[in-house]
Amino acid sequence: MEVKQITVTVNGEARIVEVEPRTLCVHMIREVIGLTGTHLGCDTTSCGACTVLLDGVPVKSCTLFGVQTDGHEITTVEGLGWPSELHPVQEGFKEEHGLQCGFCTPGMMLTAAALLEENPDPSELDIRWAISGNLCRCTGYQNIINAVQWAARKMAATEAAVSA
Amino acid sequence: MYPPRFHYEAPSSLDEALQLLSMYQGEAKVLSGGMSLIPLMKLRFATPSAVIDVNNVPGLEYLSEESGQLRIGALTRNRDIIRSEVVRARYPLMASTAPQIADPLVRGRSTLVGSLCHCDPQGDWGAVMLAMNGEVVAASTSGRRRIAVGDLLLGPFQTSLRSDELAVEATVPAPAGEPFGVYYKLERKVGDFATVGVAVHLDRSGSSVTTAGIALTGVGGTNIKCPAAEQVLERGGVNDHTIEEAAGLAAEAGKPQTDHRGSAEYKRHLVRTFVSRALLTSIGREPIDIRQRRHENVRVLV
Repeated sequence: MEVKQITVTVNGEARIVEVEPRTLCVHMIREVIGLTGTHLGCDTTSCGACTVLLDGVPVKSCTLFGVQTDGHEITTVEGLGWPSELHPVQEGFKEEHGLQCGFCTPGMMLTAAALLEENPDPSELDIRWAISGNLCRCTGYQNIINAVQWAARKMAATEAAVSA
Repeated sequence: MYPPRFHYEAPSSLDEALQLLSMYQGEAKVLSGGMSLIPLMKLRFATPSAVIDVNNVPGLEYLSEESGQLRIGALTRNRDIIRSEVVRARYPLMASTAPQIADPLVRGRSTLVGSLCHCDPQGDWGAVMLAMNGEVVAASTSGRRRIAVGDLLLGPFQTSLRSDELAVEATVPAPAGEPFGVYYKLERKVGDFATVGVAVHLDRSGSSVTTAGIALTGVGGTNIKCPAAEQVLERGGVNDHTIEEAAGLAAEAGKPQTDHRGSAEYKRHLVRTFVSRALLTSIGREPIDIRQRRHENVRVLV
């Protein structure tokens, strides 16, 4: 069995991982690295539950081989914030009830965080467009949008406080 | 879902990639964005004994207009095409198409060149490249050649690329005059394949059409170019009469099949409707449809 050794930075920490080339990135993250916040939903590139950031860009980790992340940087939901220091997007999801069953939430939050990184003041349409590759089977989209807007306001307020 | 085992190669130069392709003699598949290849491998429709991941090959990620053409590198992602100023300013058909492909996450990985090589009959870029008379540059250890996209797309998932060739670039001619272009696509949901897609490209000088391009998605074994419809516009410009004639000829050029996305008759009707809607838009008659307007309002397309 062919096994490759790769070096991948996961949530800021460099890791040496051994994977078979056919191991999908999502399985590498969940089963080899042991971070189960990344969910495997449809397994067919549709639902976005497995979204992670690859060098800051949201990707579906069920449609990426683990070996492809050699030398790259992955951010999973575990890397977004800590219980004691939530990312504004995580806070927003909490404040605005942006989740029901929670299965899509890690992917939604990572996509939202990447959006806000680039567009700190997104319109509702920008948000709907950005999360169009992430499906919520509870159909809780309105609260997800509210949550992202909450996060945008929080980040803007923090920014203003810092520069004041 | 796991694909069967395969050898993984990650060449760090183009030469190395080409040598590997030649060495594997057709047993290898090239992995760029992987948004079609990986799902196919997971479903075990594709079972290559080796995968050559070209993502580490430097110098394949660019989008630039030079010497009368737009050059799109093999690793240029759809996300980059959406964000490109030159595409937005000068290549309206491409600017219209890119945001309609798959979904934002898939567009972060997927590539135009990869889409052409994959040659899915429902791939959107095939129609766009046919409409714009695009070409692909194929490289191998024995040199390079240019292939017109019309000669590249042979049938469902079949191209004229040799097994030792790597498509390193796609090109489209730069507009000489005032370009117009739009891609109309009916999909059941975000990320679905097209029920029908219609690409319309015009290069105009005053009121005359110097080059017309019309090509279709989802109504045949490959994307289909409609030369008869194009000629009507190049001869007579865009007016009520030529619009009706071109739309009718385009509908006839399609060979749709009835499937779960709709009946053959419905799809033919869609081709006719989309062609005439696009051409009316080009002369300022039909307001740009809701979907297009929505794109314009979105400040950051991801």
